[in-house]
Amino acid sequence: MDFGGINPAVLVASLMVASVPIMLAAIGELVVEKAGVLNLGVEGMMIMGAICGFITAVQTGSPFLGFVGGAVGAAGLSLVFAVLTQVLQANQVATGLALTLFGLGLSSLMGQGYVGIKPPLTSQVPFGPLADLPVLGRILFNHDPMVYLSIIIIAAVWAVLKFSRMGLVLRAVGESHDAAHALGYKVTRIRILAILFGGAMAGLGGAYLSLVRVPQWTDGITAGAGWIALAIVVFASWKPWRVLIGAYLFGGISVLQLNLQAAGARIPVEYLSMSPYVITIIVLVIMSSGKGRASMNAPAALGQNFHASR
Amino acid sequence: MFVLEKRPSPSQFWTYATPVLAVILTMIAGGAMFALLGKDPFIAIRTIFWDPLFGEFAFYLRGQLLVKAGPLILIAVGLSLGFRAGIWNIGAEGQYIIGAIFGAGVGLAVFPTETRWIFPVMIVAGAFGGWLWAMIPAILKTRFNTNEILVSLMLVYVAQTILSKAATGFLRNPQGMGFPGSRNFSTYPAARNVELIQESGMHWGVVAAFIAVIAAYVLLQRHMLGFQIKLAGQAPRAARFAGVQPTRLVVLCMGISGALAGLAGMFEVSGPAGQISIDFASGYGFTAIIVAFLGRLNPLGILLAGLVMALTYVGGEMASTNLNLPSAAIQAFQGMLLFFLLAVDLLSNYRIRLLNGRAV
Repeated sequence: MDFGGINPAVLVASLMVASVPIMLAAIGELVVEKAGVLNLGVEGMMIMGAICGFITAVQTGSPFLGFVGGAVGAAGLSLVFAVLTQVLQANQVATGLALTLFGLGLSSLMGQGYVGIKPPLTSQVPFGPLADLPVLGRILFNHDPMVYLSIIIIAAVWAVLKFSRMGLVLRAVGESHDAAHALGYKVTRIRILAILFGGAMAGLGGAYLSLVRVPQWTDGITAGAGWIALAIVVFASWKPWRVLIGAYLFGGISVLQLNLQAAGARIPVEYLSMSPYVITIIVLVIMSSGKGRASMNAPAALGQNFHASR
Repeated sequence: MFVLEKRPSPSQFWTYATPVLAVILTMIAGGAMFALLGKDPFIAIRTIFWDPLFGEFAFYLRGQLLVKAGPLILIAVGLSLGFRAGIWNIGAEGQYIIGAIFGAGVGLAVFPTETRWIFPVMIVAGAFGGWLWAMIPAILKTRFNTNEILVSLMLVYVAQTILSKAATGFLRNPQGMGFPGSRNFSTYPAARNVELIQESGMHWGVVAAFIAVIAAYVLLQRHMLGFQIKLAGQAPRAARFAGVQPTRLVVLCMGISGALAGLAGMFEVSGPAGQISIDFASGYGFTAIIVAFLGRLNPLGILLAGLVMALTYVGGEMASTNLNLPSAAIQAFQGMLLFFLLAVDLLSNYRIRLLNGRAV
């Protein structure tokens, strides 16, 4: 069953893989923004995760440790953001940009000597006979653990935000830090923890890029994925399950344009490779205008610094 | 432990002292980074900050300084206006690319010509290209309330694909034997951005940068628009009561910064770079963000900051050839500078009170 040289089952399976990095980064950023912090450094944290994960995996030979290393490396970078914005009261937009600029430079510095190396293979989850099912087996039961983990994380974030006390406190901090502070919650501490979680998720996403998706190290490997993750949070109107939809949408577009390039479609390659960015812009415009404005859902204290004067 | 006490108004002293302090802290942290890479930190720092000015090859490198500082200052001055008003145009890199393509495109369209008018027309085209590219996020922001940060950034990636299309397709040198890259402006005297004084690095782009600094200074100090920009950034609510139209401000700030970035791209392609090539975009648009903050969003500060940042470029290239220091180290070094700037900014807005073990 092929359409113009593109097999739909393979396409769906590969879009699930393609969407993992942006899904992880976006769900992390969603938690950060729910806590009222705008961290524009997702791109920088992702690429730090990509190189830290790659180095760890190559040195230890274990992809699992690679993912851990990626999460730790990116969380380390996000700690810089946390200290600057939460303790030193720096502007969040500027600090986020600094994180991206610094992350791009540092990752390229760390990655010298790792260009052209193959990372250890991340094996697929053995589903046994399920994997041999026609069509469904290819789509659902033929992936590495991270594909499933990313969906589990979405479910977990949704459940925690919606049903747990912790989620309620986090949302309170994001909606009105003064009220949360008056109720006795440690606004700064909660926000720092949220930023670290966001960093770790971006790192996992980055490590997935360098260990599974590409899989090798090249400078600027993220190519704007972190910024698309930020856009997905807006697209999702700060709702976890919509992050999944958004990530699949963008994963689908990037896979489709690659497939169209490979299948020799008569659209110029340049137009195809700019399509994910153009579509991101179009989606942002649709989401931000009209009655169902996404910004209505934004946490009220998003991007504002909190300084307890008493 | 310590507590932070907000100052009623930012400290005058620290406003001037923080950029200097940040540069010094970056030198220390950068030195540590170079030491980790196995280089002598003192030699590395000297190569970057001292040798381009007073070293053996200073006569040549001082000229390079202006070549690098010109586009950085030009872009940063434009960005600083928006940043002051809380309008975040971070896609200057894209506007720079499109400005270069427009400027070069006009010049190459009439190749070969000898009329003196072609260069001014190219300047206008470059500014127009950058302005046009910046108008996309501006209009989307004002019409649909779309986040200008994300849109302007996404447009950088779009501009980069257009650049590679230009270099391999519609602007490719017809006599280049199929190699990517446009005709070189060094062989096209009428459209060339010449070096005005031999060996000084002074070209029309640097002149434009100086003019932009002066114009922005006058705008901010003496003009109603400058007042509105400052007011909108410091007190958005008060600005609305004072009759400042946010829409107009967004369009103006984005437009000015886009046009200046486009100019920078046009001067670069017709001068130092010489041609449209796939690797034409060199990150000036992003580094200019650091320059704008290092200059404290003040035009005169940006002039100095642009020169300091140009020093890290020129010195960094020296260090990479002489000491084998990876060029990525310089990029990380520049990123670090922005971190330290933002960190020490605390000193101008807050007072630090130490607590001697007392409970608060």
